[in-house]
Amino acid sequence: MNTLIIEHDIQEVVQHAIEKHGKTPDALIPILSEVNHVLGYIPAEAMREVKKQVHNSAEGLFVAESQLYGIASFYDMLSTQPRGRHVIKFCENAPCHVVGGKAIWDTLRENLGLENGETTPDNKWTLVTTSCIGLCSVGPVLLVDDDMYGNVTTDQIPEILGRYE
Amino acid sequence: MKTKRAMILVSADSESIRLGANELLENLKEALDAYGLQDEVDIATIVDTGRSNILPIVVVYPEAAIYGPVKPGDARYLVEEHLYKGRIAEDLLAPPKELTGQIGSLRAHKGYNPAEQRIVLERAGRIDPENIEEAITHNGYEALGKTLAEMTPEQVIEVVEKSGLQGRGGAGFLTGRKWKFVRAAAGEKKYVICNADESEPGTFKDRIVLEGDPHVILEAMAIAGYAVGADEGYIYIRGEYGLAYRRLQHAIEQAEEYGVLGRNIFNTDFNFHIHLHAGAGAYVCGEETALIESIEGKRGVPRSRPPYPVTHGLWNKPTTVNNVETLANIPAIIRNGAEWYRSFGTPSSPGTKVYTIMGNVNFSGVIEVPMGITLREVINIYAKGMKPGSVLKLAQTGGSSGSIIPAALQDVPMDFESFRKAGVSLGSGALLICDQNTCIVDLVKVLLQFFRFESCGKCTPCRIGTQRAYEIVERISQGEGKISDLDTLINLAVEMERASNCGLGQTAAVPIRDMLKHFRTEVEAHIQTGTCPTGICEMMTKEVEPI
Repeated sequence: MNTLIIEHDIQEVVQHAIEKHGKTPDALIPILSEVNHVLGYIPAEAMREVKKQVHNSAEGLFVAESQLYGIASFYDMLSTQPRGRHVIKFCENAPCHVVGGKAIWDTLRENLGLENGETTPDNKWTLVTTSCIGLCSVGPVLLVDDDMYGNVTTDQIPEILGRYE
Repeated sequence: MKTKRAMILVSADSESIRLGANELLENLKEALDAYGLQDEVDIATIVDTGRSNILPIVVVYPEAAIYGPVKPGDARYLVEEHLYKGRIAEDLLAPPKELTGQIGSLRAHKGYNPAEQRIVLERAGRIDPENIEEAITHNGYEALGKTLAEMTPEQVIEVVEKSGLQGRGGAGFLTGRKWKFVRAAAGEKKYVICNADESEPGTFKDRIVLEGDPHVILEAMAIAGYAVGADEGYIYIRGEYGLAYRRLQHAIEQAEEYGVLGRNIFNTDFNFHIHLHAGAGAYVCGEETALIESIEGKRGVPRSRPPYPVTHGLWNKPTTVNNVETLANIPAIIRNGAEWYRSFGTPSSPGTKVYTIMGNVNFSGVIEVPMGITLREVINIYAKGMKPGSVLKLAQTGGSSGSIIPAALQDVPMDFESFRKAGVSLGSGALLICDQNTCIVDLVKVLLQFFRFESCGKCTPCRIGTQRAYEIVERISQGEGKISDLDTLINLAVEMERASNCGLGQTAAVPIRDMLKHFRTEVEAHIQTGTCPTGICEMMTKEVEPI
């Protein structure tokens, strides 16, 4: 079991997210985003818990676990699988590509020993590609967790990675 | 079959034909035969080039040399100089295009050089976005006050319609007309949605508006609400825009506190509440019906249309969905009137456009200029030219709703109508400027990778089409392509355009078409010789000689 989950009681995390966003259909994605943010991913247990707390047929509010899984697996910022402590998102779109993005991607893969979507055995890093994150004037761009790095060069990569424990 | 090493394009619109383009085309073919170049050089026709004063025009690739006006009698000389001897025929080159009158008359904003015309970004960067009082001292909420005090909803719609404002999200639909439909739609409950799911690769104009001046959007949404008869609005902002989210959240709180949002706005009986809704990472949610599904707590899968959101939108109620940049024009239009707005841009595309510039140029960033300036002007003036050693090969105007524009079309005025005529699309206003080291096959591979990743999977033409197209282009990029692949790609493009449920699958065909229309020679070189002319693609054969 993921270490993050031991630190957090899933029921509490879900409850807190529901208190913040409410029990309405338009709150479902914000609730799951919040759970994903706290736990690093959305475990099946959390989806069961969201269903249990939000579904209310008397009020005409129908929520199925399959619907929640449908959401969690559809959106790119949500994950149904545990991820590393730090997630590196690399922009693979054309604006970053034409200003040298591929060399950065290759350097990242070499430094981490990872391919797209993989996590290091020590659970420290997950490496994924992402679509454009709107920082195109400073490409190539990558995100480590919520930290943005622009105008990245290959020789900066070891230094950037070294900032994270 | 020999590899084509060059391509000639001859303008063949009615004006060019009147000036002898048909005879010119025949003479060029004869000259190619005379020099034995017929197997090495492709020749084709193009339509509107945006240079009506120098017709007929001849463009020669790969140098992208633009010649004009070229008389039928010049054909042999042109072929001899450029294609046989391999040097540019300087004396036939088209004169550099004069600046569009619009730019000449712009007065430089303090701190902005060269001059821009800022309407959408009027306050962005000039005020503290977290302080509503700064917005108010710079005309903020003045238009909303005027609307509520002096205007009927019908008058608001009339002004917006007369201004000619077109949706800036890519489709270019008339905003006033959309509001009119929603106002006319049956039902008490209606919604205003601000589409801030800006995800087109290379586009970050909306982020600049939201981060720099969140109040302009709140004000515009309230005006829209008054006009269409809605008391509730949603801002659907992409999940990745954390700073913009926090600023909007703060701005909404402040606006409610100051009585310009919420209940009894300006002490009238008009109420308008705004919900801020963050997405969770899906490009397709920029499509308005997918966006609505997403707000409703579902997968962001586009609905079948009709019915359209103007009658059946959020929770099946009439809904206007407007892009951030579109909305940001509204307060200025209300304050200054439709005539004032029409004094910018072109008659068919009034107003300004916010562009994001990036790629192999000296300046990357965001500019706001009148509609109708040309790509050449953007590159030379605003982007401060190509990087040293770089020559323009093509520009890409946005992830999906845009086009790949070859250098030959850099003088087409960038407005909805001129672009439509030239067969290209303005898209979201992202201008990715690419130099001679960009391989068309590699670029299209990257674009198709985006589409196959972002396809929602609902309809087959898009789900399978983007995947198959990617596989084929990848194979070509590895030197394993076949000539028959090109027909397969065109067939895929046709079916994706014809049968896809939404714009994503339909426009995924655009890069394929543009690649084969403007750069077929380069694609064929990959297939026939197994080499990449720019040396970018990694060939499986590993026998690439540097070129």
